[in-house]
Amino acid sequence: MDIEGKRNIWKEYQKEIADDHYFYVRSCVRQNFFPGAETVFLRILRDLLNKDIFENPSHTSCSGICYHSDIIPFETTMTVIARQFSLMTDAGYKNFVTSCITSFGLYSEVMETWRHFPEKKDQAREFLRKATGRDFEVPVNVAHASDIIFKFRKEIAAKAKYRLINRETGKPLRVVEHIGCHYSKMFPEKGIGGAEYPYVLIGMIEEWGGEVVDYPERRHCCGFGFRQYLVRANRGLSLSCSKKKFDSMEPYHPELILTNCPGCPMFLDRWQYVMSEMEGKTYGPDGEAIPVFTYEELAGLVLGYDPWDIGLQVHQVPVEPLLRKMGIPFDPEKKFLGPGGKFMGEPQLPANFICK
Amino acid sequence: MGKLYERLMQDVRFQEGLKACIHCGTCTAICPAAEFYVYDPRQIVDILQTQDDRQIEELLKSETIWYCGECMSCVTRCPRGNAPGLIIIALRSLSQEMGYFTESEKGRQQLALKRTVGQWMLDYGYCLYAPLISAKQHPEQGPVWEWEQKHLGDVMDRLGANLNRPGPGVLRRIPPESLEEIRRIFEVTGGLDRFDKIEKFSRIKALEMGLEIGEGTDSEYFARIYLGE
Repeated sequence: MDIEGKRNIWKEYQKEIADDHYFYVRSCVRQNFFPGAETVFLRILRDLLNKDIFENPSHTSCSGICYHSDIIPFETTMTVIARQFSLMTDAGYKNFVTSCITSFGLYSEVMETWRHFPEKKDQAREFLRKATGRDFEVPVNVAHASDIIFKFRKEIAAKAKYRLINRETGKPLRVVEHIGCHYSKMFPEKGIGGAEYPYVLIGMIEEWGGEVVDYPERRHCCGFGFRQYLVRANRGLSLSCSKKKFDSMEPYHPELILTNCPGCPMFLDRWQYVMSEMEGKTYGPDGEAIPVFTYEELAGLVLGYDPWDIGLQVHQVPVEPLLRKMGIPFDPEKKFLGPGGKFMGEPQLPANFICK
Repeated sequence: MGKLYERLMQDVRFQEGLKACIHCGTCTAICPAAEFYVYDPRQIVDILQTQDDRQIEELLKSETIWYCGECMSCVTRCPRGNAPGLIIIALRSLSQEMGYFTESEKGRQQLALKRTVGQWMLDYGYCLYAPLISAKQHPEQGPVWEWEQKHLGDVMDRLGANLNRPGPGVLRRIPPESLEEIRRIFEVTGGLDRFDKIEKFSRIKALEMGLEIGEGTDSEYFARIYLGE
């Protein structure tokens, strides 16, 4: 399909995103594996964009990983979600922002279920009242955190210190965008650009100077699959999905992968390590692996935040070659320093990874 | 219409997921699990549309229903608005309610999921909790995770987290009264009842297999289901 056709599809999937006053709920995967990403998201919203974004410490996981591991009934998840809405209602907010894609899909699924089966909403309300004495209002606006960065991508570009451009050649970086399955595969109208040609990450890449790479398996799942990763015996499926994507994107020479789901960057980062160990194979330029970033991390990078402040040292794939390519200064000596400048030791570089 | 089919029809996910399948096979063509396993969501829907309890019981006891990764790629592409991924969720729920899940190797893994992500949700308010994601059980996480595990508190502090402390922030300690609310929600909505069923039927199966099952994640039965049989 030519670009004009895609733009017509994108026009059909425009989504309203609230402008300010957000109630924020965190992602369990992102907190565990990319803690700096959530930190930098709040920093951008509060310090750069002067937005009001509130977090209640009493919120929990949405229970989505338990739900999609099939160990809890739908009623349990619906009521946990009703409790999150109750915390939002108590705090006086109406715009709900979630860091997680699984959560975003589940909030959408629960709200759609309540629309089609109002008795399930009444049941969740009654369960919540019985269990906690709480009541709730449904949010007026539900957005994924990547929707928020998309909404303010031009403001970020205006304040950016670096662009997605190879400093030496002047050419745009070739960026693969990978959208989490639960962002819009279930409810295309909930995602910017729909399910087949989602625009949420493309908008950021284009605005910040990069070139989007198209490749055959662009919409293939990263392979999380819940039980397919969480149980060690099943991880072959998870790895195979990622391998399929990397084999498919390799001929198009991507230099960077951008993701909006918390799980996908972890898998696309870690499975590159596993493939390098198993097959001696890497997929990036000059024998390197391909760095995989979250949208918060990339926004932080173009804005000029220190790479080690936003958490790029907890990626398995070394990011230094890309930082040099973009002309972003960094101090290698500070990569593994902890609080107060304490050296925390250094993880071993995988045998088949190159970090020039 | 058989009793099992009637039970499935009570599940809103089944009602929403199965409208009128034309057996085009688009779901199977797009399915990541069908590329890896001998797995055919089209065939599952075909069996369900017979409404025949004998075949449905066989399905609920089979490996087949546990292959799906619930990515929901099938939902986007189905030309008739069906959702095989949602049908799978309904089948897995019924398989556990009936105690059929222990009849398959993949179904038996439900105990491992209950004793990890399920327990962590109740104990900490997080489905995943870094201090318990050991490098030993997760070799694919590589040297960087091994390093993080050794210096978890410092790494989290360096990145602005609030690990196991009160107040807002990454991996904050969820207040005890909030954890009690979550436990009560699980109690009132059937979450704890599901956990009890997973434990009960797994114990029966462990006895049958001659394996010690214990309470946590270090028993013979747990190792068998988690690492592969």
